[in-house]
Amino acid sequence: MSRPLSLPAFNRHGVWAIYKFEIARSLRTLVQSLITPVITTSLYFVVFGAAIGSRLSTPGGVSYGAFIVPGLIMLALFTESLSNASFGIYFPKFTGTIYELLSAPVSYVEIVIAYVGAASTKSVVLGLTILITAALFVPIKILHPAWMIAFLLMTAFTFSLFGFIIGILAKGFEQLQFIPMLIITPLTFLGGAFYSIDMLPPAWRTFSLFNPIVYLISGFRWSFYGTADVSVGVSMSMTVGFLLVCLGVVAWVFKTGFRLKN
Amino acid sequence: MPDEYGAGPDIAMKPVISIRDVVKTYASGFQALKHINLEIDKGEIFALLGPNGAGKTTLINIICGIVTSSSGTVTADGHDTVRDYRAARSKIGLVPQELSTDAFETVWATVSFSRGLFGRAPNPAFIERLLRELSLWDKRNDKIMTLSGGMKRRVMIAKALSHEPEILFLDEPTAGVDVELRRDMWSLVRGLRDTGVTIILTTHYIEEAEEMADRIGVINKGTLVLVEEKARLMKKLGKKQLTLQLQEPLSGIPAELHSWGLELKADGHDLVYTVDSSNSIDISSLLKRMSELSIVVKDLHMHQSTLEDIFVKLVSEPA
Repeated sequence: MSRPLSLPAFNRHGVWAIYKFEIARSLRTLVQSLITPVITTSLYFVVFGAAIGSRLSTPGGVSYGAFIVPGLIMLALFTESLSNASFGIYFPKFTGTIYELLSAPVSYVEIVIAYVGAASTKSVVLGLTILITAALFVPIKILHPAWMIAFLLMTAFTFSLFGFIIGILAKGFEQLQFIPMLIITPLTFLGGAFYSIDMLPPAWRTFSLFNPIVYLISGFRWSFYGTADVSVGVSMSMTVGFLLVCLGVVAWVFKTGFRLKN
Repeated sequence: MPDEYGAGPDIAMKPVISIRDVVKTYASGFQALKHINLEIDKGEIFALLGPNGAGKTTLINIICGIVTSSSGTVTADGHDTVRDYRAARSKIGLVPQELSTDAFETVWATVSFSRGLFGRAPNPAFIERLLRELSLWDKRNDKIMTLSGGMKRRVMIAKALSHEPEILFLDEPTAGVDVELRRDMWSLVRGLRDTGVTIILTTHYIEEAEEMADRIGVINKGTLVLVEEKARLMKKLGKKQLTLQLQEPLSGIPAELHSWGLELKADGHDLVYTVDSSNSIDISSLLKRMSELSIVVKDLHMHQSTLEDIFVKLVSEPA
């Protein structure tokens, strides 16, 4: 099919417009999108790090307060990526402004890049903010910064993608909250955010290995302190695998026009 | 450039929108559109009339890419709206019926956003001109939620025009809009047409179609009942009725007056002379004949049927 030469194959102005719109949305709600998670994280340090942590021993000789930092960043990354991305695409559906997106010369790939890119950006900024906050409370060292950044970016992108899918499929506001509250938060708490699964009895340890979150937190913590519950290769494979699953689901959702068009 | 849409040598005569055999059946089994065929000419104002639920919005949404058709094809400026959606959609601006806006955004931000979304590089000078034309310039830094309904409607129009489209869809543009804004809207639409923009509007205000449109399409129960030039439609279906109020009632129509096809109403007090497109009006000879017959006329009035009468007649006929 011939196509006018003036028309670009990639609508960069469109992607940039959506991206800017989404970033502007979180700047308007700076308190709830950045300051609230920072306060929550600080509370974790006070409660777990200072009050309880001093009585716990952790692998690798890292103080308990420092040990939980990667888990806390991951916890924030999971929940914020999911809620940011799901809300970002759900809200236009709810208010009806989605008509403009659907009638615009933007492809599904461009829509995903813009929304998921914006949500990921916010999550990464948040993760780094928590890291800086944590450094005020406990000594932090990062043995493998490149891996740390890789885990941070991939997790932010993957969970934003996951959130985007939830936002597309959700039929109401309560469904937006359902997966983050009932699945992700419990899996994170049971996934070694606050302990090493080596500290568990053997049966529970085996059981934990079925929790995908374990691999994400373990790999991320390894990039900090060089100690891990599972090998970093397995962690990275799981992260990539989860990313591919999310990409596959997004592709399927759009191919069928599911829940956006009838 | 030859392509699969090329209609031959008369490319200049190609319609700007071409709808071929479009059918829409919803998952519920409801058939919203039944084999619609329609061509819209470049630069015209086309009014799509129809009662609620007739399929007007479904048809617009299919052209704009918001709803997927069950079968059939649509091209906009020669581009298939599904296969070549980028080219097709970049030509089209849409003002939907619902006032769906981003409440927390400013007028300036939302209009600039729309321009970018449609793939255009920023052009603050153009946006400024647009906002000034729509009397929105003073409100440019206001959040949309603080605006009145009429102002929000203007914002929707500004968004639709922000990427300089060649085809503009206005879905019920003046529903719930005050008289002043309606007049403004009409002059805006005419101004756009003068710059070469093709305009397709849906309305259930007959007055609006009568005032604005070059051509009129009537859609009812998913079928395009009629497509006609407005002037011709009015002429073809329009009736003029002369009612003559008589001094003394008649018991019957005198034989000498039979050739006019008169009707007697109001117990013989009114003599009604109906003129439609098939006969030419001949009032003076009728009056002359009546005075010869000593029938005294007390008063008279003339009624010309409007598009509304035509419309009601069309959609009340069993489909």
